[in-house]
Amino acid sequence: MSEIATATPQGHIEVKNFSLSYETIDGSVEAVTNTHIHVKPGEFVSIVGPSGCGKSTFLNAVAGFLKPTTGTITVDGERVSGPSAERGMVFQQYSLFPWKTVRENVEFGLKMRGMPRSQRERAARTLLGLAGLEAFEKHYPEKLSGGMKQRVGIVRALATGPKVLLLDEPFGALDAQTRVIMQQILTNMWQRLKISVLFVTHDIDEAIFLSDRVYCMTARPGSIKAEIPIPLERPRQQSMMMSSEFLALRRGLMSLIREESLKAMGGEINDLGMQGLNIELHGHSLADVI
Amino acid sequence: MSSSPAILRHQDDAMPAAAAVTEPTPVPVMTPTPAPPSFGALAGRWYRLNQDSLRATAIGVISLAAFLLVWHLLTTYRVVFFVRFTNVPSPLAVYASFTKAIHDPKFLLHILLSCRRIFFGFSLAAIVGVLLGLIMGRFKLVHEIVFPVAEVLRPIPAIAWVPMAIMLWPTNEQSIVFITFLGSFFPILVNTLHGMSLVDPVLVRAAQCLGARERSIFREVYFPASLPHIFTGLTIGMGVAWVSLIAAEMISGQYGIGYFTWEAYSLVQYADIALGMIAIGVLGLGSSLLIRGAGQLVMPWRAK
Ligand SMILES: Nc1ncnc2c1ncn2[C@@H]1O[C@H](COP(=O)(O)OP(=O)(O)O)[C@@H](O)[C@H]1O
Ligand SMILES: [Mg+2]
Repeated sequence: MSEIATATPQGHIEVKNFSLSYETIDGSVEAVTNTHIHVKPGEFVSIVGPSGCGKSTFLNAVAGFLKPTTGTITVDGERVSGPSAERGMVFQQYSLFPWKTVRENVEFGLKMRGMPRSQRERAARTLLGLAGLEAFEKHYPEKLSGGMKQRVGIVRALATGPKVLLLDEPFGALDAQTRVIMQQILTNMWQRLKISVLFVTHDIDEAIFLSDRVYCMTARPGSIKAEIPIPLERPRQQSMMMSSEFLALRRGLMSLIREESLKAMGGEINDLGMQGLNIELHGHSLADVI
Repeated sequence: MSSSPAILRHQDDAMPAAAAVTEPTPVPVMTPTPAPPSFGALAGRWYRLNQDSLRATAIGVISLAAFLLVWHLLTTYRVVFFVRFTNVPSPLAVYASFTKAIHDPKFLLHILLSCRRIFFGFSLAAIVGVLLGLIMGRFKLVHEIVFPVAEVLRPIPAIAWVPMAIMLWPTNEQSIVFITFLGSFFPILVNTLHGMSLVDPVLVRAAQCLGARERSIFREVYFPASLPHIFTGLTIGMGVAWVSLIAAEMISGQYGIGYFTWEAYSLVQYADIALGMIAIGVLGLGSSLLIRGAGQLVMPWRAK
């Protein structure tokens, strides 16, 4: 089993028939239902969906923090049964250890693996250099900007050489400029490391710009509504975001998401309601128009 | 285990990416080397930078001087206005008794013994309180077992333990240390528990998916994350330790600064009462400064 895993390319995520319900006082709440996805080794896959649709829930299950209610999650054929250094994760909230310097944060995974101090220091320095952070190795996270914190978070997750990198809206809290730079840095690192990435976001541009494939998730209970391959060539440039190809993909995804966002808002705004606002629908569905 | 990090494996082909990957790193700021500033300018700048602390120090000194002056006046004129200053020693009398006391080995022994009792009682409380707090915070069963007992014992002031302590321990010295221990134990335990309950679960998850097991998570996440609250507990515990110690010494001691103060009253040496009180104040202040210093050493990330 493990021989096969090392012989073939690694980081193949398969999720089959997945659903997850939270137990609450009001009974069980289904957050994600009937979801199938896969990420091929070395592939960059995003999941987009309106907020509250269960993206974090799903990703936390892949990371091994939550147990699926039904279905299976496997990485390279092995069932996920708990968190492991095989699956690196970057969290939406900055999750650096405030009591460790930037370098100590990056070293953490290597330390857990029992690597000697001098060796892991060297490894951490190399990695920080790749992310342009070597000047900050001795800083404590508190002193860093949001973008730098998240860069350290990514470097820390990559330091142990995981098969898979999971990111939960990692750039959600960053300003637009920093976000673009971070996307560039992430793609660069991904291309170098040839690692499988599962990226969760509510930002459609981000998903298209980064991914080989995008899954679009429905409003809660979340499930996969559509799967869109992104045939844009790599390396990708910022300028591509103006290309007609990009814009067409964007329009397609946008309408899928809009529909779900409206559902997520409770479906209160129906077509009739909109007509009341003097918008003519000409027989199109609401999602096409908005 | 030949677990050379995967990262080193990638290192070779990752290197060329460095240029592409780096966000423009901050350009080193080129400050033109200025002409050496005059002494006056330097002094002015230093003054402006330290204005606030200078101001606070100046006001502090004035306030202490005013306190001494009021004390002096009240005792010189033996004011009786609800409170009677007739027998209260003047600052000068206390100073005279201080200069005598520092040459008196007995006085120094009193101080030394009090410090030793604090050291043993407080250290024991710190070790037991922090460890128990960490374990209770992490293991629910231990919490469920220990917490009810702790909650019942906690409201009992350490002084109320004096008779029991004398029964429990063979020597007077041990019972005083025990009371000092009890006084500081509960604040330390409660604050450690509070710190443990506030540990950010995302940090625990982050550690888990970096390969940390239970013991490492305890050592690398729960403990450092709780440190600020642990130190709050230690600071409060140190204060209560002195309160308990002085009370215990006054009731059952033969030595110690609390005993000294009480003895001075019995022997009608009024100046020594004030001297004892001031010594207690200075020792209390000193030990809380020690704790604060230790906190800054142990938690460099919280330094300003
Ligand atoms: N611990 C929990 N208990 C109960 N309900 C939860 C819990 N966590 C999340 N949910 C619910 O599950 C749904 C999905 O949440 P989440 O996965 O965080 O969505 P997303 O990340 O897409 O914004 C939300 O409606 C949320 O209210
Ligand atoms: Mg989320």
